[in-house]
Amino acid sequence: MSRVPLAKKVLSENNRLAAGLRARFRQHSILCLNLVSSPGAGKTSLLERTLERFAASERVAVLTGDIQTDNDARRLARCGFPVKQITTGGACHLDARMVERALADWQLDGLNLLLIENVGNLVCPSSYDLGEAAKIVVLSVAEGDDKPLKYPAMFFKSDLLVINKIDLLPYVSFDVARAREHARRVHPGIDILEVSCTTGEGLEDWFRWLERRRDASGILNLKSEL
Amino acid sequence: MHELSIANAIMETVRAEARKRPGARVAKVGVRIGVLAGVDPEALSFGFEVLVRGTEFEPLVLEIESRPRRHRCQRCEAAFDVSDDGLACPACGATETVFISGDELELAYLELEES
Repeated sequence: MSRVPLAKKVLSENNRLAAGLRARFRQHSILCLNLVSSPGAGKTSLLERTLERFAASERVAVLTGDIQTDNDARRLARCGFPVKQITTGGACHLDARMVERALADWQLDGLNLLLIENVGNLVCPSSYDLGEAAKIVVLSVAEGDDKPLKYPAMFFKSDLLVINKIDLLPYVSFDVARAREHARRVHPGIDILEVSCTTGEGLEDWFRWLERRRDASGILNLKSEL
Repeated sequence: MHELSIANAIMETVRAEARKRPGARVAKVGVRIGVLAGVDPEALSFGFEVLVRGTEFEPLVLEIESRPRRHRCQRCEAAFDVSDDGLACPACGATETVFISGDELELAYLELEES
């Protein structure tokens, strides 16, 4: 019996494709964000509020993943920006190959922001790099405030936690301070925002966060000079 | 449940490595999984068993080594396993500690039998 060391990433093929996507996004000055959450936390609503806010001249596009149906793509297409549904046909997450395929017939030249809505699932999407600049995890107050402790991988890998549906706080036992503490215990450096996509409360903070990230990647300045 | 896709990725590597070594039989494959990898070892073992069944690789053994979350203290430089108590340094109590490892999802080794 002989032992052969491998020291290789299990998902090296996905990581290779994701690195290719990341390089293309950089080349085209595109900020790519990967939105993750459990089902029903409000990823699509947050995207709707975001797209509604943008002027028609903004070069924004959305990829939205679901196991079945193109309901989300139809919801988001109303805002007038390019939207494509990725139907995974059973898979519980998006992977880099699905994103690569979905982008095959899009002109990346025309974009500077790509928002990817992952399949609703707090576990599996955490393992798959899609070439994004950052993951954003959405947690609604209709869920437990201990979710960051139960699903540490996702909160650890996300740059921003958006606590959504804060208009429901009077009716639920969710403790925002506790949720913040749990998230920081898993990921001390995570940014945290509180919003309601229904009333619009807190969304200004989200738009500011988004603009900061776009500025940081030099995208707005670069493109506006062209 | 993405553990079946993960098991499939492991099997792809096993197949590729086996092709490179025609005289040998792969008896065991070792993987390292960090607590922050988002992969459930039991579900992975089950998925792997299902994939191997009925193939020429049967009875291939999957050995999973679970890896803890490790941090390093910014003040005293001690490296430590993070417990449920929090991220503070157990040696000096400092709260400024940085992540070192714990999100691994790695193929560590293959064990081969010459046939």
